[in-house]
Amino acid sequence: MISQVFILSSKGDHLIYKDFRGGAGNDIVSIFYEKVTALTGDQPPVVMNHKDIYFVHIRQGGLYWVATTTAGSSPFTITEFLNRLAALVKDYCGSLSEKSVQMNFALIYELLDEIVDYGYIQTTSSDVLKNFIQTEAVTSRPFSLFDLSNVGLFGAETQQSKVAPSSAATRPIQSSREQGGKSEIFVDVIERMTVVIGSNGLLMKADVEGEIRVKCYMPSCSEMRIGLNEEFSIGKSQLRGYGAAVRVDECSFHQAVRLDEFDSHRILRLCPSQGEQTVMQYQLSDDLPSALPFRLFPTIERDNGGRLLMYMKLRCDLPPKSAAINVCATIPVPKGSVSLSQELSSPDQSAELKPQSRAVVWKIARFAGGTQLSALFKLEVPSLSSASMLEVGPVGLSFELPKITATGLQIRFLRLSPIQPGPSQRWVRYVTHSDSYTIRI
Amino acid sequence: MPYLGGEETVRELRRALSNPNVQSDPLRYRNTILKVIRTMSQGVDVSGLFSEMVKACATVDVVQKKLVYVFLCSYATLNPELSLLVINTLRKDCQDPNPMVRSLALRNMTNLRLPSLVEYVEQPLTAGLRDRAACVRRVAVLGWAKLHNLHPSSEIDAAVVNELYSLLRDPDPVVMVNCLRALEEILKEEGGIAINKPITHHLLNRLKECDIWGQSEVLRVLQRYRPQSEDELFDILSLLDSFLVSPHPPVMAATLSLFLSISSNLPVISLAALERVSGPLLAACGSGSREMRFAAVCHIQLLLRSVPGLLGPHYKRFFCGYAEPAYIKERKMQVLVELVNDENVAMILDELKGYCTDVNTDTAQAAISAIGRIGRSYSDRCLQILTGLLGLKQDHITSAVVQTMRDLVWVCPQCSDTVCLALDGCEETLQDIQGRQALLWLLGVYGERISTAPYTLEVLIDRVRSEASLGIKMELLTATMRLFLCRPAETQDMLGRLLHYCIEEETDMCVRDQALLYYRLLHCGIEKTREVLQGRRSDPSLGVLIGRPAKPVSQWARCFNTLEPLSQGAVEAESDRSDSAMRCSDSSTNVLASSIAVDCAWIEECVRCPAVLHCSPQSLQAAMQLVNIQTLAFTPQQMLPWRVYLYTHTQLRVSEDGQEEEEGIKVILNQQPKDDDALRQFLTILITVLNTLGDTGQAQVY
Repeated sequence: MISQVFILSSKGDHLIYKDFRGGAGNDIVSIFYEKVTALTGDQPPVVMNHKDIYFVHIRQGGLYWVATTTAGSSPFTITEFLNRLAALVKDYCGSLSEKSVQMNFALIYELLDEIVDYGYIQTTSSDVLKNFIQTEAVTSRPFSLFDLSNVGLFGAETQQSKVAPSSAATRPIQSSREQGGKSEIFVDVIERMTVVIGSNGLLMKADVEGEIRVKCYMPSCSEMRIGLNEEFSIGKSQLRGYGAAVRVDECSFHQAVRLDEFDSHRILRLCPSQGEQTVMQYQLSDDLPSALPFRLFPTIERDNGGRLLMYMKLRCDLPPKSAAINVCATIPVPKGSVSLSQELSSPDQSAELKPQSRAVVWKIARFAGGTQLSALFKLEVPSLSSASMLEVGPVGLSFELPKITATGLQIRFLRLSPIQPGPSQRWVRYVTHSDSYTIRI
Repeated sequence: MPYLGGEETVRELRRALSNPNVQSDPLRYRNTILKVIRTMSQGVDVSGLFSEMVKACATVDVVQKKLVYVFLCSYATLNPELSLLVINTLRKDCQDPNPMVRSLALRNMTNLRLPSLVEYVEQPLTAGLRDRAACVRRVAVLGWAKLHNLHPSSEIDAAVVNELYSLLRDPDPVVMVNCLRALEEILKEEGGIAINKPITHHLLNRLKECDIWGQSEVLRVLQRYRPQSEDELFDILSLLDSFLVSPHPPVMAATLSLFLSISSNLPVISLAALERVSGPLLAACGSGSREMRFAAVCHIQLLLRSVPGLLGPHYKRFFCGYAEPAYIKERKMQVLVELVNDENVAMILDELKGYCTDVNTDTAQAAISAIGRIGRSYSDRCLQILTGLLGLKQDHITSAVVQTMRDLVWVCPQCSDTVCLALDGCEETLQDIQGRQALLWLLGVYGERISTAPYTLEVLIDRVRSEASLGIKMELLTATMRLFLCRPAETQDMLGRLLHYCIEEETDMCVRDQALLYYRLLHCGIEKTREVLQGRRSDPSLGVLIGRPAKPVSQWARCFNTLEPLSQGAVEAESDRSDSAMRCSDSSTNVLASSIAVDCAWIEECVRCPAVLHCSPQSLQAAMQLVNIQTLAFTPQQMLPWRVYLYTHTQLRVSEDGQEEEEGIKVILNQQPKDDDALRQFLTILITVLNTLGDTGQAQVY
């Protein structure tokens, strides 16, 4: 049971406040915000209580999504609900930010009214909700170069037009109504990697959590068939032959997915509802089919002037045609590091010393597969001792690998039946993120 | 200049709302109303616009209606009379051919929360229960619960309750679940909805039709059901088996709760369920939402209490991601400590070592104390890491290491040699109170083995005038006394100076009382002093990590799938109980109080010791601590009889409940298991302490 739901900006502005059960004072929002700000650090615990009112909150889109409840409520239900609420708001408003929530508050009140009655969750299915939600979303479209890429050069059918602009999937689902013709469907294969590499270069742990997400902008779509790699197998026992089998340890599907063709042909059948939904989730631990995307070869020494020299060689082991983007290596350095001088192997990298987080942040915007970059960092550390070397590392790497899945999962085909009247576009996108990619030194 | 959100804004909005030009233009009218709601959600009081908004309610535009209702429901309680005007519109809407309008009207009618309007609402609600559209029935069912809660004392119409029971068979699953919820609220006094066999089976059969929210709700209500036969129980369990491994954490958790409650007297079943659920729980630990991860890790901690080896092979799942928030890291480390075994100890320690230098000091300290916990079983490896960390010479790390070492030595006395060697030079880096207190304790207890101990103490004694912390002063006194007993030649002079300062110049009564206590103790002779001061320096009986007995599932089943495991302190209370008995935490009080079980020895004794009344609880506590007796709680000083609850943990557990009356103390002892000798001993020590205190007390009264 949920007593109140409110959304706060990171600065504590009240964006949305809805009281379902009555009886609670209006100051409950400020009590929550006081609790958050009273804590040191920026990571307040998920559950906090004030007398017998319990606050459960999540952070999404830089906002606090808070529900108040009683001690006996299920934390799983409340967190899942808040996550679902954030996802719905994102579906309806196009994107999640303070601005979009502020502009669409009427829509969000309407949503909340339909989702929860008297503190009880009624429905969160976008199929049901679309019949009730009447308010149109307001979007702010900042000027973006991506929009220009849609225009096409001299009307020619260029290669570019085959790539969906990255902003294409961040629009409200309802706008498909009046835009009419533009019915699109996005199928995203998103994987998150968790890797620990030991100081001897050996792989200590590698986990991949993946999901297939469908984002549907079609007003009506009767059935969709998603074909996965035919050699896709689940669990260890099913390994057969010598083929490059795509294997996952565990796999679970959305309730709406019908699996009658899954065992024989690896086909998922479903009728997607409008908005975003996760169709399939899977995990793989320890046994990655492909090489790790990054290797780091660090050399760290002290020079006699009391400076710390860190020579880092970072190798990208992706196939030569692909590339990693937004690569960012965070290298913890000893406390009291004063200044940094750097020699980077190419001009499109940057590095800076962040004294607050006690780390050197090395950023590489684009890192092509099969190449190697190196950097020499010289740190001025006044109180450098041999023990300070303990404080260097482990290096955390964050990156995005577009068009690549770590498990090798691919979508063979995507069919809609019956064939949609009018122009419809189907997009399949692959991306692998780093959840936590740690290299010990 | 108008202030933002001041009266000016409200006046402006009123002008716009009552402007006929605006009213005739639907778009402008709606936008003005939007502005009102926006101002409202920013926290400005716009209740003054109530009558204008009531007028805006009569419209065909559904969006505008919804907006106005948001306003009206927020302010209706402030304007009960004006709200009466809305009721008419709402009742008319309840007849609308559009089911969406009907449900909207019905919902908002019940959301006004005005007891005075109940009579107008009942009729449309009754009609709503029989509406053709499911969405209206959903609202009507919950409407009865809202109505009931407006007048919780009033008798609810039996006909309505019957109708709600029959609506459990409604074709719409949400209506069914709402009926459950409404009946739970309406019949709260009778203990909620009657869960009998037909209802249970009906609900179970329809479980698949519900969405995940409905499923979790039904499963929660069914926890009250007790199957009549073993066959029925197994039928239910096999029916629910697929829900146990549901990919949705809420359903999985609710199912496990149900499993645990209906099979509470079949431990084998519970354990099998725990094993089955570990897969989905682990998956939730890797969920994309970090809040969900946190909830899952906290619940895994519960599971591990009963099945310690459950997730052993999956320990790598609990390695922390570098971008994870501190609260997840902390819990993950606690889990890692539980999962240590001979094979993985090297890997886990390697991982924990990396966290010790984390930027976040809380994470770093949690990692260090986690290593200390592992040190109880693998002391050599851990001490090596801990001593290495001292080399960093950073205050927060050194402090955590010294505290960890103190706790470790208390449990594993064999570590003391290494610890004594490592302590050299720590005092320069230590800044915070807890760290320095830990160092002082170690210096006092192992003073004879640390060559520099007297000199370290001397520096502190010289600075005692500028010392602000009470705890440090008390600890310093005790440490110097203890050191004096083993190295009198080096310490005598400084002890004299310290006692002199504390008795003559110190303003704090606690410190002064303690110094006086020691002073008198020294008068009683060195042997007597030794007896009191050289208490135990370790307690190996306290938790070894591996091979800890598994606790029964029933101990935590009640709080599974509630917010309790996620709250801070839930784990602390648990670990404190097994942690060193040197410190006593408030949170363990009720745990102990309730654990005083049936088969224990009771002794009542009267001790004549009038002066204790006059001494402060703090000095009593300090005195008791010297002989390893913990003060758990005492009543406020004005209360008569004044009571104090004491607790000690030697080889046996003895707990004591002293009741003070005017001239004597009645001591009630409570021991488990029974051992008369130990009890006598305990009593003698207690009486000695009380008598010594009595002397001091009189000195204080002058």
